[in-house]
Amino acid sequence: MSLYAEQLPPISLSRVEMVRALRRILPADAILHQPESLRPYECDGLSAYRELPWVVAIPDTLAQVQAILKLCHSHKIPVIARGAGTGLSGGALPRDQCLLLSMAKFNRILNLDPVNRLARLQPGVRNLAISEAAAAHGLYYAPDPSSQIACSIGGNVAENSGGVHCLKYGLTVHNVLEVQLLTMDGESVSLGSQALDGPGLDLLAVIHGSEGLLGIITQVTVKLLPIPECAQVMMAAFDSIPEAGAAVAAIIAAGIIPAGLEMMDNLAIRAAEDFVHAGYPTDAAAILLCELDGSNAEVSEQLLRVHHLLQECGATRLRTANNEAERLQLWKGRKSAFPAVGRLSPDYYCMDGTIPRRALAGVLQSIADLSQRYQLPVANVFHAGDGNLHPLILYDANKPGELVKAEQFGAEILQLCIAVGGTITGEHGVGIEKINQMCAQFSSAELQQFHSLKRAFDPDGLLNPGKAIPSLRRCAEHGALHVHHGKLAHPGLERF
Amino acid sequence: MNQTDHSRDWQQQIQEHHAKKSPLMIIGGNSKAFYGRRADATQVLQTRAHCGVIEYEPAELVITARAGTPLREIETTLAQHQQMLGFEPPHFGEHATLGGCIAAGLSGPRRPYSGSLRDHVLGVTVINGRAEQLHFGGKVMKNVAGYDLARLYAGSLGTLGVILDVSLKVLPLPETELTLRFEMHVEQALAKMQQIAPQPLPLSAACYDGAELSLRLSGTPQGVQHARSLLGGESVPKADHFWRQVREQTHPFFQHPQPLWRIAVPPATSMITLGDAQWIDWGGAQRWMYSETSSEAIFSLAQQHGGHASLFRGGEQPRDVFQPLHGKLKELHVNTKLAFDPLCLFNPGRMYSYY
Ligand SMILES: Cc1cc2nc3c(=O)[nH]c(=O)nc-3n(C[C@H](O)[C@H](O)[C@H](O)COP(=O)(O)OP(=O)(O)OC[C@H]3O[C@@H](n4cnc5c(N)ncnc54)[C@H](O)[C@@H]3O)c2cc1C
Repeated sequence: MSLYAEQLPPISLSRVEMVRALRRILPADAILHQPESLRPYECDGLSAYRELPWVVAIPDTLAQVQAILKLCHSHKIPVIARGAGTGLSGGALPRDQCLLLSMAKFNRILNLDPVNRLARLQPGVRNLAISEAAAAHGLYYAPDPSSQIACSIGGNVAENSGGVHCLKYGLTVHNVLEVQLLTMDGESVSLGSQALDGPGLDLLAVIHGSEGLLGIITQVTVKLLPIPECAQVMMAAFDSIPEAGAAVAAIIAAGIIPAGLEMMDNLAIRAAEDFVHAGYPTDAAAILLCELDGSNAEVSEQLLRVHHLLQECGATRLRTANNEAERLQLWKGRKSAFPAVGRLSPDYYCMDGTIPRRALAGVLQSIADLSQRYQLPVANVFHAGDGNLHPLILYDANKPGELVKAEQFGAEILQLCIAVGGTITGEHGVGIEKINQMCAQFSSAELQQFHSLKRAFDPDGLLNPGKAIPSLRRCAEHGALHVHHGKLAHPGLERF
Repeated sequence: MNQTDHSRDWQQQIQEHHAKKSPLMIIGGNSKAFYGRRADATQVLQTRAHCGVIEYEPAELVITARAGTPLREIETTLAQHQQMLGFEPPHFGEHATLGGCIAAGLSGPRRPYSGSLRDHVLGVTVINGRAEQLHFGGKVMKNVAGYDLARLYAGSLGTLGVILDVSLKVLPLPETELTLRFEMHVEQALAKMQQIAPQPLPLSAACYDGAELSLRLSGTPQGVQHARSLLGGESVPKADHFWRQVREQTHPFFQHPQPLWRIAVPPATSMITLGDAQWIDWGGAQRWMYSETSSEAIFSLAQQHGGHASLFRGGEQPRDVFQPLHGKLKELHVNTKLAFDPLCLFNPGRMYSYY
């Protein structure tokens, strides 16, 4: 069965004709259509979902992208953009009779302007490459997804990606000044400006998280920030998850906005410790990593206060990194937590719901109960400061029925997130993965409003069809219930 | 605290207007009537009755309130818990409402350092031009489910529908603030702003009034003192009053009868010469100036500098008050407006003449 619920209208070109038409625009080696060369493109970071692409185009000039879009537009051939392919919701998942457009060759930093503190980038520039280039000027690009060595800035904009530091420095949308797009008809448009805002409606905000459905991002201007004089991390261990959750709330309530505030539960702690020996206490129920940054004076003042608060909240052990090497070591455990958990099980499924911080302990308890019920272990590693959960459900795809079980478990977690006033995705996007849960989070009128906005940009619906926003028909068929304003559709779930 | 929900009445009213295809002017505290173009509608939807804080839990750093809630009430409520709106919005009048503040999308002196109004918008409930009540975004810091339509309402000047309520991210009040002042020429002031901007200092405002550069520092007591020792300058007593005057444009600079233009540019843009007096805010990124020069000339000047201009106050209403849009950008604006408000019921002509 196809992963896509609905059929696309038939297209007028065969694959051979499409390749022939593309040859007039691109060199032969920039067009892939043989199964063996298509294989590397069959999935993104969510490898449970795979489809062999129809044709892949890998242009390296803007004129080529424009010509490709015009070709596709005139033949009504859908286009799926792909950056580095690290997405975790199947946003760049290919589809039959759709062109997969790889933007990977657009990897140049066009201009780095230290005086105005901005960088103009092609969409394929890797996230980490921006900070590396800016470092010479004492500047950096703040959003730092854990995938930052690989993911592209175009993909970051399309997903509105976050990272460990977004509690204080915001998501991608807070750090981008201007985006250039090609709409499906091949026309160019610039949203935002090199100033701090742009004229008219804030369409720049709308492009963030648009998952390749509104236009092809061809250039991104990002804001650069001064590298803080000092960054310090403190690790606190707790005997229970509710205590760790209360400590998160206490820090925020005290008026401190840490640069990062991350939590790991016992399973994640043990996995990370086994993998990279970060120095975590393997007997703790939960640890918090709290990073403070700013001037030396500010950081020492805040460290003292946080130390005190964590103690008051019942931390059993507290450790402050004594030097940069120790700081990096403490972070290493967190940053390699996904692969570390990956060593515990043949497969894992990463969820991304966000909840109000006050619901943290309750939701984590319910996830533990669900884990019992489904007989699938869960490790929790997440952005506690902004309530963004990443439960990792461990399963084995080779055992019949386990993937389906993991998916059902995941879906229940997302329902829980909605029920406590949260959302099904904080940073990984809807893609194909959470498309059914969108029916639970939004009413038909809201979904229709999304579709009308989509038509404002892409009247024929040719960009990334079947992703991000479900059709009303799909919602009717897949029957996920609409939970609105905290009104629970699943009375069996615990409330808190 | 005043608590009233009028969403049902409004929905009904909008249904009637939808049936009659008759446009509506949305008015909150009427404090920003001067801003933008005049809406081409005679019937008014007055939002002040729909008011009250719906939810505020300081440890969540989120406040949700109805559109008609006085902005002053929001700020007082937050201050009681040592919190604030990080974008330091101008009120421009004592009756300013939260809804008007969001729709106007304006941010004050803190903007370059703590983010803009739209950066703090987490969710909205609105009524669109089909009289449907819709909710976008939420009350959590991170949310990428569906297009980010909540932020689109920020600065939309009421053209996409009526905002019923808004959830905003709030920030802790800084422990200490200190303003330093330096007498200098404009070129020196611009250079100094750019010299300090890349340094890791707890800066929270930087403006130049034509004679003096004012820098505000916000943070922990030691952090602020340390920055002060690096920067020098004179410390300013009663600086809050000064920054309020800047934010509210009650400072004498803003009292001229001539047309007042706002030009947004990359911060290191050199001196833009236009008229005699100008005020530089946002560390160089926002320039206020008086000029009788034609709007076309000012728009093109702003564009040359990589920014955009708007006629903020005064003057005869030209065709465009905001930087004109062209080509695809204009098309996307018209399409977006129609996607929300197909009959052009809300504030027609308030932002651009063509919708
Ligand atoms: C180990 C790991 C850790 C991760 N950690 C984080 C994290 O901490 N925070 C976080 O937010 N995410 C994280 N991610 C998810 C992922 O890295 C981000 O979503 C990233 O932004 C995707 O970028 P990409 O270039 O790989 O995009 P892709 O996966 O190629 O594409 C993602 C989406 O963007 C669209 N797209 C890509 N390029 C363009 C373009 N030029 N124009 C229009 N649309 C485009 C695609 O169509 C697709 O819908 C992680 C992923 C992995 C594998």
